Amino acid sequence: MLIKRTDGKAAKQRLASAYQGLSAGGLDRRAFLRQAGLGGAGLAALGAIPLSTMRPAEAGPMDHTKPVQRVKNICTHCSVGCTVIAEVQNGVWVGQEPAWESPINRGTHCAKGASVRELVHGDRRIKYPMKLVNGQWQRMSWDNAMTEIADKLMETRQKSGPDATFWLGSAKFSNEGAYLYRKFAAFWGTNNVDHQARICHSTTVAGVANTWGYGAQTNSYNDIRNSKTMIIMGGNPAEAHPVSLQHVLSGKEQNRANLIVIDPRFTRTAAHANEYVRIRPGTDIPIIWGMLHHIFANGWEDKEFIRQRVHGMDEIRAEVAKWTPAEVERVSGVPGAQLRKVAEMFATQKPATLIWCMGATQKTVGTANVRAFSILLLATGNVGSDGTGANIFRGHCNVQGATDFGLDVTTLPAYYGLDENAWRHWSRVWNVPYESMVARFDSPALMGTPGIPTTRYFDAVTLPRDQVQQRDNFKAMLVFGHGGNTVTRMPEAVKGLEALDLLVVADPHPTTFAVLANRRNNTYLLPICTQFECAGSRTASNRSVQWGDQVVKPIFESKNDYEVMYRLAGALDKAAEKRNMPIRFQADLFKGIEVKGQEPVPESILREINRGAISTGYTGQSPERLKAHMAHQDKFDLVTLRAKADAPAEIKGDFYGLPWPCWGTPEMRHPGTHILYNTNLHVKEGGGTFRARFGVERNGVTLLAEGSYSKGSEITDGYPEFTTAVMQRLGWDKEFTEAERASLARQGGTASWATDLSMGIIRITMEHGVMAYGNAKARAVAWNLPDPVPVHREPIYTPRTDLIAQFPTLPDRRGFRLPHLGQTVQNRSHQVAKDFPIILSSGRLVEYEGGGEETRSNKWLAELQQDMFVEINPRDAAARNIRDGAWVLVSGPEMPAGKATRMKALVTERVGAGVAWMPFHFAGWFMQEDQRSKYPQGTDPIVLGESVNAVTTYGYDPVTFMQETKVTLCQIRAA
Amino acid sequence: MARMKFLLDAERCIECNACVTACKNEHEVPWGINRRRVVTINDGKPGERSISMACMHCTDAPCAAVCPVSCFYTTADAVVLHDKDLCIGCGYCFYACPFGAPQYPRLGNFGSRGKMDKCTFCAGGPQADNTQVEFIQYGSNRLAEGKLPLCAEMCSTKALLAGDGQIIASIYRERVQRRGYGTGAWGWRTAYRETVAI
Repeated sequence: MLIKRTDGKAAKQRLASAYQGLSAGGLDRRAFLRQAGLGGAGLAALGAIPLSTMRPAEAGPMDHTKPVQRVKNICTHCSVGCTVIAEVQNGVWVGQEPAWESPINRGTHCAKGASVRELVHGDRRIKYPMKLVNGQWQRMSWDNAMTEIADKLMETRQKSGPDATFWLGSAKFSNEGAYLYRKFAAFWGTNNVDHQARICHSTTVAGVANTWGYGAQTNSYNDIRNSKTMIIMGGNPAEAHPVSLQHVLSGKEQNRANLIVIDPRFTRTAAHANEYVRIRPGTDIPIIWGMLHHIFANGWEDKEFIRQRVHGMDEIRAEVAKWTPAEVERVSGVPGAQLRKVAEMFATQKPATLIWCMGATQKTVGTANVRAFSILLLATGNVGSDGTGANIFRGHCNVQGATDFGLDVTTLPAYYGLDENAWRHWSRVWNVPYESMVARFDSPALMGTPGIPTTRYFDAVTLPRDQVQQRDNFKAMLVFGHGGNTVTRMPEAVKGLEALDLLVVADPHPTTFAVLANRRNNTYLLPICTQFECAGSRTASNRSVQWGDQVVKPIFESKNDYEVMYRLAGALDKAAEKRNMPIRFQADLFKGIEVKGQEPVPESILREINRGAISTGYTGQSPERLKAHMAHQDKFDLVTLRAKADAPAEIKGDFYGLPWPCWGTPEMRHPGTHILYNTNLHVKEGGGTFRARFGVERNGVTLLAEGSYSKGSEITDGYPEFTTAVMQRLGWDKEFTEAERASLARQGGTASWATDLSMGIIRITMEHGVMAYGNAKARAVAWNLPDPVPVHREPIYTPRTDLIAQFPTLPDRRGFRLPHLGQTVQNRSHQVAKDFPIILSSGRLVEYEGGGEETRSNKWLAELQQDMFVEINPRDAAARNIRDGAWVLVSGPEMPAGKATRMKALVTERVGAGVAWMPFHFAGWFMQEDQRSKYPQGTDPIVLGESVNAVTTYGYDPVTFMQETKVTLCQIRAA
Repeated sequence: MARMKFLLDAERCIECNACVTACKNEHEVPWGINRRRVVTINDGKPGERSISMACMHCTDAPCAAVCPVSCFYTTADAVVLHDKDLCIGCGYCFYACPFGAPQYPRLGNFGSRGKMDKCTFCAGGPQADNTQVEFIQYGSNRLAEGKLPLCAEMCSTKALLAGDGQIIASIYRERVQRRGYGTGAWGWRTAYRETVAI
C-alpha cells in the first residue's frame, strides 16, 4: 500500500508492537545483541538515551579521529551490478560512500542499494543454527547441525536414492558458490539442482540460446546510451533495475531517442516513455507479429541482414500474415495505427533495442515470447552492433552467473548439457574418473536426464510415485538462499513441504520456507552470511564479472556458502562411514581447490572454473584480472566500457569486468565481449558471429552465414564449429604448441573447441580471426522446440474464453520427469471465468526484492512499504464498492474453497479495467493466517503480508517449466 | 562563497527512494522520521511525475521567520540549520514550511512533540564538526568532510542535484537544452525566489 503518499502516520502505530524500540530512539547493535541473549548486560542502558531524534549507536557514527578502511563489493540486490563502497572501522561497517568510479552505477543506488549496510547489522537475521523440535525452534551448534543433517541425507539416500533429495541453490551465491553447489549436486549423484533462474529468465535463456547461441543479454546497460529507439516490453526497470534507468534516460535525452513501453500496466517506467502501449496480458506474440506485419508490408525489414545472417524468415512471414491490424486489435486490444507507429520507429530509427523482463518470460508461452522478440530484432537487423540488441535485464545480483554455472536441472556448468561428452569433460576438469561419477548416480540414464525444476518441487513430493520418473519422490530438500513464496500454487506447496522427511534452510533469514507449512520436526535453519561478509565474483546482467571483497567478517554465528558446503561434505563422509556406505564426498569434491581451515578459497575455485568453462568463455577472467578491474574502475569508458588510453598495462584494452565470452587463458589477454555477435570487431577484440550450434544444413538449406563474418576473419563466409578434425582439414593443427598437443593427447587426441582443455583450438582460431564456435545464421525457426515458429496461445486461465478454440494451449504432456497438464486445465476457464472475472498479474516494487524476507527485514526499506496491496482499476473498484486503502479479499480459481487472501486496495488507473496487479515480495500471512509467531524469536521480518502466489495458478512453459505468474484470474471483494 | 541548493529534475526522478534510504543510512534516522521523501503526482496516469522533497534551505526561510525561540540559523554556505537545544517542539515551523520538511519524533502517548528534526544538507548542526555529540543530535556532517549530501550523490538517475547553486543550475540548463523540452525544476522558485534562466 502506497500509504506514504497520502497518509504518513497510519502504519507507525500499527507496527509499533512489531518494531518496539525504534520510534523512540532505536535499537542499536549492542542493545539488540542483549535482547537476542548474546550480550551481557540488561536493557537498563537504553533508558539513559536522551530523547533527541538521533540514536546513539555504537556501530553507527564514524570516529573521525581513527583510520577508516574502504572496501569494494557489489550490491546484492538486482543484476545491474552497482559497486558498493563500505567504510569499515574496527571491524564494523560504519558508512557507505558513492562509488563514483564504477562505470555501471557511477556512485548511484536505488532504495535497496542505498540501504545495504543494514544487511550486515542484521537485527533480524538468524543468529545461530536451529531446528524444530515438536514445533519449537531450538538452538544448536554447527557441528551437531551438520551431523544430524548429513545423517538424515544419507538415510534418505539409502532408502530412496540420490534423486530423492532436491538441492535448491541461489542466484545470490557468488559464481564460486554457484559452481561449487552444482558440483556438489553432481557428486551427490543427481540433476535435481536448480535456482531462481527457473522462475525469472529460464525461458529467455532457452529462447535466446535457441535463436543465436547464448542465452544472455547481448549488449549492456551502458550501451543503451547509443540507442535511438528503445522498446521496453514486459519490464518495469524503473522499479526493478532503477540504476539502469540512468543509462536509459540519459540515452533518451542525449539522442532524443524514442522510449516506448509496451505493458498491461502503466508503470513508473511508462511514466517516462514517449509512447505507452497498453496490451491485454498474455498477448505479446500478437503484438510482435502485428509489428512485423507493418514492417514486412512496408519493406522496413533489413533484407541484407536477413539474407546473410538469418535462417527461416520466410516461415515467419507466413505466420505474421495472419496478424492483420484488425486481428491484433481483436486479440490484444491495441489499435493498428499505434502499432504501426511503434513498428516504424523500431525498424527505421536505428539502432533500436528491445528490453524485456519477466513480463515476457513468466508465461506459459515464455520461450515462444522470447523467440518472437528475438525474431523482431533479427528482422530489423538490430543485433550485434552498438545500440541494438536484446537487452534482457536479469533479476538477482548473480542470476546470470548462477545460470552460467549450471544451477539448473538441464546442464552441467557452462551449458555443456548432461550428455556423456559433458560429463566426461567435467570429470577431466575435476580430475576424477568418469566412471566414478556414473557410480554416484542411480543409473546412467538418470545421469543424462534433466531433473525436476523448482517450480514443481512440491508436485514431486506429493504426486503418486509412478507419476515421477525416478526411483522415489522427493523426500529431502536443501534450500540455500531462496524464498518460499516465489513459486506459484502455494497451497499445494504447503502440502509438499509438510510431506518432506527433511527440510534444510540455509539463508541469512528464516525465509517463508521455515514458517509456511506446519512442520514440527526435521527442519533446520543454518545462518548463512551475505555476500558482503564473503569474497567472490558475481556476473552482472551484461555478463561483466565483478569481484567483491569481504567487508566484514560473518556476523553472529553465520558462515559463508563455501564453508558450509565444505563442512557438509565432511559430515556426509562420516555419515556414510557410519552406515557402511562406500560413497565419499569431501576429498574428490575439493580436489584441486585450496582450503584454508574449513574454508575453501574463492580464488582457487575461480581458477578451476577458468580451466573448465570453455564453452562460455569463462576462462580469461582470472581472479587477478578481475581484481585489477575493480582497482581501476575509473579507467573504463562509460559508453563503450573499454579501458581508456590512460589505463595501466594490466587492463589496457579490456572491457569492464571481462564480459563473457572472454576467450582462452588469462595470458591470452582477450578483452571480453561487450556486445555479442558483433561482426564489426576482430574476435581478439571482442567481436563475434552467431554461433553454429544446430548443424550446418537443414532440408538442403545452409545454416551457416552467407557473406557475413567478423572483422579480420581469414574465412570470409560461414563456417561450422571447430574440432581437432576441422583443424586438421584446414592444416591449422600444425600450429598447436607442444604443451597443447600433449594436453590433447591426454584427453584421447580429439576434442572440440569447447572440450579442448589446452584451449589451443581457441588460441589458433583467434589468430586467424575466426570464431571457434563457428559462424552461422540465427534461427528464426527453431525446429527442436514445441512451437518452431512462435504462435499465440491463450493463457491457461483466460477471461477470453471465446479465443480458446482458436488459440489453445498445448495438449497435456510430460516433461522434467513429471506430468504437465495443458488443455485439461485451460478448459476449466470456460467454467471459472465468470466467477473470477479479473486478470491477475504480479511484479516488483523498488523497495523489496524477490521473496522479500531480507528487504522486509531492513528497517529503512520496510518503512516505505508496510502493506501488501492489490492495484485495481477505479471501474472495477466502484462496481465492488471498494474504496482506496480499504481491506479487500482476493481469491483465485485454485484456492481451497472458502479461502481468500486479505490485503489493501490501491485504486488506480495504473491497471486497465478488468486487470489487477500485486507485488510478489510479501509473505508471512497465508490466506488470512498471520504466521509471525512461527518465526524463530527475533527473526520475523518487520513487514508481513499475503503472498500473491497463494492466489496464482497452474501453468508452465513447455520448454523450461517456467511458471505462469503474469496472467491468471481472480475475484476481488470488499472485506 | 558557494550558495548550496537542491534541484530536482522531475524528468529524471523515477521514485526509486534511494534518496530516502541513503539519508536513513547516513544519519541513522529512526523509523517514523522522514527527512526526505518522494511525492508522486498523477500516480498511474499519463503525466505522472515524482518529486523528492526535503528541506530546501530557503533563501528567506519561513520556518526561521515564525520560530518563537529563534533556533534557526543560516550557515555561510546558505544551509538552514537549527539548534535542537533551543527548539521547544512547538510545530510552528511545520505550518510555515511550504515543503513539509520539519519532522517531530513522537515522545509519549499524549501526542507531545519532540524536538524538530529536518534535513541538514548533510551539514550537521551547531556542535563541533563530526563529533559524536553532533552525530547524535543531527547526524553526520558531510559538508565538513568536503562531501555533498548523500541523497543526491546516490540518486539512481541523477535527478536530484545538490551543491553550489551556480553549478547545479548550469548542469540542469545543459540537460534541458539537450533534451529539448520542458523544465521540471520543482520547488526552486518557491525556495530560492529566482528562476532558472532557460
